[in-house]
Amino acid sequence: MKELKFDAVVLGGGAAGMAAALELVSRGRSCAIIEREEQLGGILVQCIHNGFGLIEFNEELSGPEFAERFEEKVAKTGIVALCSTTVVEMEVEGEEKVLYCVSSARGVERIRSKVVVLAMGCRERNRGNIRIPGSRPSGVYTAGLAQRLVNIEGYVPGKDIVIIGSGDIGLIMARRMSWIGCKVHAVVEILPYPSGLTRNIVQCLHDFDIPLYLSHLTTDIYGRDRVEGVEITPIENGALMSEKSFKIPCDTVLLSVGLVPENELSKKAGVEINSMTNGPWVDSTLMTNVPGVFACGNVLHVHDLVDYVVEEARRAGAFAAEWLGGKKPGKELRVKAGSNVRYVAPSKVDATREGNKLYLRTLVVKNEAILEVKLDNRVVRTIKKGHVQPSEMIMLSLGKAELEAVAGPDPVLEISIH
Amino acid sequence: MSKDLVCITCPLGCRLSVELGADGEIAVAGNRCPRGAVYAREEFFSPKRVVTASARAAFADISTKAADGSQDLGRSLGERSSGAIGASIRRVPVRSTAPFPKELVADLLREIYALTVGIPVKSGAILISNALGTGIDVIATRTVR
Amino acid sequence: MKSSSDSFDVAIIGAGVSGANIARKLSAYELDVALLEKEVDVAFGTSKANSGIVHGGFHHNRKHLMARLEIQGNLMFDRLKAELDFPFERCGIVVAALHEDEMRAIEQLYMQGVDNGVIGIEMCSRERILELEPKLGPDTMGGLYAPGGGIVEPYRFVFSLVENAVKNGVSLMTKFCVESAFREGEVWTVRSADGRTIRARWVVNAAGLFADDVSKVFGAEDFEIKARKGEYYLLDRLTKAKPNRVVFPVPTSVSKGMLIIPTAEGTVLIGPTATGVIDKEDVATTRLELDTILKSARTMIPSILETDVITSFAGLRPVLGEDFYIDTSKKVAGFVQVAGIQSPGLTASPAIGEYVKEILKKDGLRLVEKADWDPFDHKVPRVKDLSPFELDELVKKEPSYGEIVCRCERVSEAEIVEAIKRGHDTLDGIKYFTRAQMGRCQGGFCTYKILKILMRETGMSYDEITKRGGTSAILRSEL
Repeated sequence: MKELKFDAVVLGGGAAGMAAALELVSRGRSCAIIEREEQLGGILVQCIHNGFGLIEFNEELSGPEFAERFEEKVAKTGIVALCSTTVVEMEVEGEEKVLYCVSSARGVERIRSKVVVLAMGCRERNRGNIRIPGSRPSGVYTAGLAQRLVNIEGYVPGKDIVIIGSGDIGLIMARRMSWIGCKVHAVVEILPYPSGLTRNIVQCLHDFDIPLYLSHLTTDIYGRDRVEGVEITPIENGALMSEKSFKIPCDTVLLSVGLVPENELSKKAGVEINSMTNGPWVDSTLMTNVPGVFACGNVLHVHDLVDYVVEEARRAGAFAAEWLGGKKPGKELRVKAGSNVRYVAPSKVDATREGNKLYLRTLVVKNEAILEVKLDNRVVRTIKKGHVQPSEMIMLSLGKAELEAVAGPDPVLEISIH
Repeated sequence: MSKDLVCITCPLGCRLSVELGADGEIAVAGNRCPRGAVYAREEFFSPKRVVTASARAAFADISTKAADGSQDLGRSLGERSSGAIGASIRRVPVRSTAPFPKELVADLLREIYALTVGIPVKSGAILISNALGTGIDVIATRTVR
Repeated sequence: MKSSSDSFDVAIIGAGVSGANIARKLSAYELDVALLEKEVDVAFGTSKANSGIVHGGFHHNRKHLMARLEIQGNLMFDRLKAELDFPFERCGIVVAALHEDEMRAIEQLYMQGVDNGVIGIEMCSRERILELEPKLGPDTMGGLYAPGGGIVEPYRFVFSLVENAVKNGVSLMTKFCVESAFREGEVWTVRSADGRTIRARWVVNAAGLFADDVSKVFGAEDFEIKARKGEYYLLDRLTKAKPNRVVFPVPTSVSKGMLIIPTAEGTVLIGPTATGVIDKEDVATTRLELDTILKSARTMIPSILETDVITSFAGLRPVLGEDFYIDTSKKVAGFVQVAGIQSPGLTASPAIGEYVKEILKKDGLRLVEKADWDPFDHKVPRVKDLSPFELDELVKKEPSYGEIVCRCERVSEAEIVEAIKRGHDTLDGIKYFTRAQMGRCQGGFCTYKILKILMRETGMSYDEITKRGGTSAILRSEL
């Protein structure tokens, strides 16, 4: 069996994977990217809409353009990109990580490395996860699958669409389906506020006069062989108002009900998962509980903007390179999600370092929100945030000044929103 | 007259309020950067949107000619592989180089769907120049070999 | 292979678990056999929604035919697994009691099992049953253990039986919906809704939910099959609540109860419920029933989490009476009824094949063994079962085994092509044969690839591809 050796192997060749790999090679490390699909770029390849790269390139690009910028950089370096290749086994043998991966072109190869960077992205939640009862006709797709079918394969899945979930993918597809001549009859959202970016509500729903039903649960999908319609039911004061249920006839249902980090491989390698993010627990260097295994991008926690994915991935690559050089984190403090905060990642900050980046999401929609950082119950920073909502990730940068003065053996940094 | 808008220039989505004065000028509040004021003016008087879509690739069918009939770019399915599953690239993603007048978007889409893009094509190649006389181009957004 | 207008010795109506076993059994003899199936693929009726349990032989009294066939059938599975290509594990069954009166009821089951001649069946104390099945809750008082019980993948079972039957000369005709029939002399002429006709000297009615309709078409007995729906939840293969054994509660008068089943594929099924429905094609799941499943399952195995649920589905049991109705018709000649085959139908099905063969023999069908009968079904290599070294060898021989199409269940392109070659040309057919689309992403990532492979392998155009035949199309138009 052919054996390859690298300093680092990056699992996933999307935005996160490419950025992490580029950072590693720029610091003199040998690196391979293992990618399931035929080409690099990850999910960006099918995101033909714009909105990417405003921060990274100061330009507003489509997904494929953003991906291609990185692919060009990758091609100029010594990064070995193994596409159409799937990891079938990942083991830790002392200091080394051993991966077995298969491709039709080369059979199974064994790859040894000191570092593995997890960058596998996420998958979509589907009908089964949210348990919509009813018949099981054809015509029910996740929004991402529909996006692939339309944008890359050039097929129209159906003509009369209902979209469940007001997540960004669903909103983008509401516009896309409208632009290809379909009729989107409704977007149905269980929460009292939309899940996606506000800009998408405007560009994808308002522009097309597509009704958004907030606080509505989809209680049935019906149709014998193919979808014939959905039944939706309003929720009032937390109670399901079954007598107010109504039907929306349609032939296609798109589901945009959330993303789940793809940590199947991570779990098999002994990486511990944070149930709040569904991604690995990581310390201040984005390293998991398995030494030398780092995580970044959507596999770590679901991001909104690819620009931030790339920033996080670069940091992971830099930390991984430092780790290879023997550097260990300084004094680490535990990070905790406080009031109104759903999660904070990573789970640790390094008090001896500048530029600790934290990413968090709120549990609430608030207009004049204040972000508060407490260290051992003492407030070290407050920031006026203005409008916050769960679908818009918040970033926070903390330096030595805020983190230095700690007493006690187990200092805790708590982030809250008030 | 006043209007509440959400700026869509960048994902921050500042909440703007636009007030139309007696002199026909507007006053914009709530933007965190100057682009917000520009967007508010545009949206109020002449709304525009960036158009993205996909256009058919030349060798999607068994035998197709390029839009100008110049050469047979036909390939059979599986001959021009993009991977082991072996079917050719069918669509090329495209976008307008600038926000397009909202009332002309439907017409622009019709033109884009009527295109057949010759392969190979480079990302950034102009596929429709000065679309509908607006001075805005439509470019390919992916390099397809 | 005969064309549809030829004469057959036997025509079997229905390619579910009963029909498939009968067809395979008869394929061992010098006979011309037709297997007629109204759906686009076999097992697409009740059989695909089966729990997949090979029952332990203690639930039914041996005065019933179903009990005797269950016990015989159970014992035939090891050999079938060796010859054919379907997953089967004899993992054992436990029936758990949560209070004292349930222990009394379980004792009755135990005695019935002993009476039926079940090998190895035992009554268990609390300690013993928790040792056998550690996932049971601390409230468990004790119960019964039947080591002979097991689990099977029902659709792979049916696919493999039919594959082998066809290999041995049986003519499979799908989309053959029996519409009319008449007998002239010793021969039936059977016509399908799309105009195809076949002739056969004997007809076996194994039409499941529609056995009553078929019986009427042939002028045979008048009975009514009622549908009783069972809904299930499927849990993630990584769930912490996966039991080692099939876990049963004490049965009710109507059903064996809601179970926790470690499937042969490594996932977990909980259910089924049991509710009568009028519409024999109503396989919709309902909110109410699904809630009862979780509640009930948690009383047996408390560690089941809502977040473990991947998907839900439902099946319909063909309910006739208290027992199987397997007999020659007393109204018309050359007609065998195989109706009301609900639980333990799958377990009994190999024995049903044998039993029906005997019925036909007694009724005059001449049985001459084929010298060249091949009981073996060619086993398809499955990437997920291979070690990296075995996989490497395989890919070097056939590269498309290295192209992983379904990442969640690790299914290669080669396996999907094999499914299509064997006649499974719908998304559901491919799903049942390969497991692609059954994993945690439920087809989110692999569906578009499967569509492309289908078009390439069959020449079907994009709008001809369906989920399961009929009007269940996937793609409406092209851009």
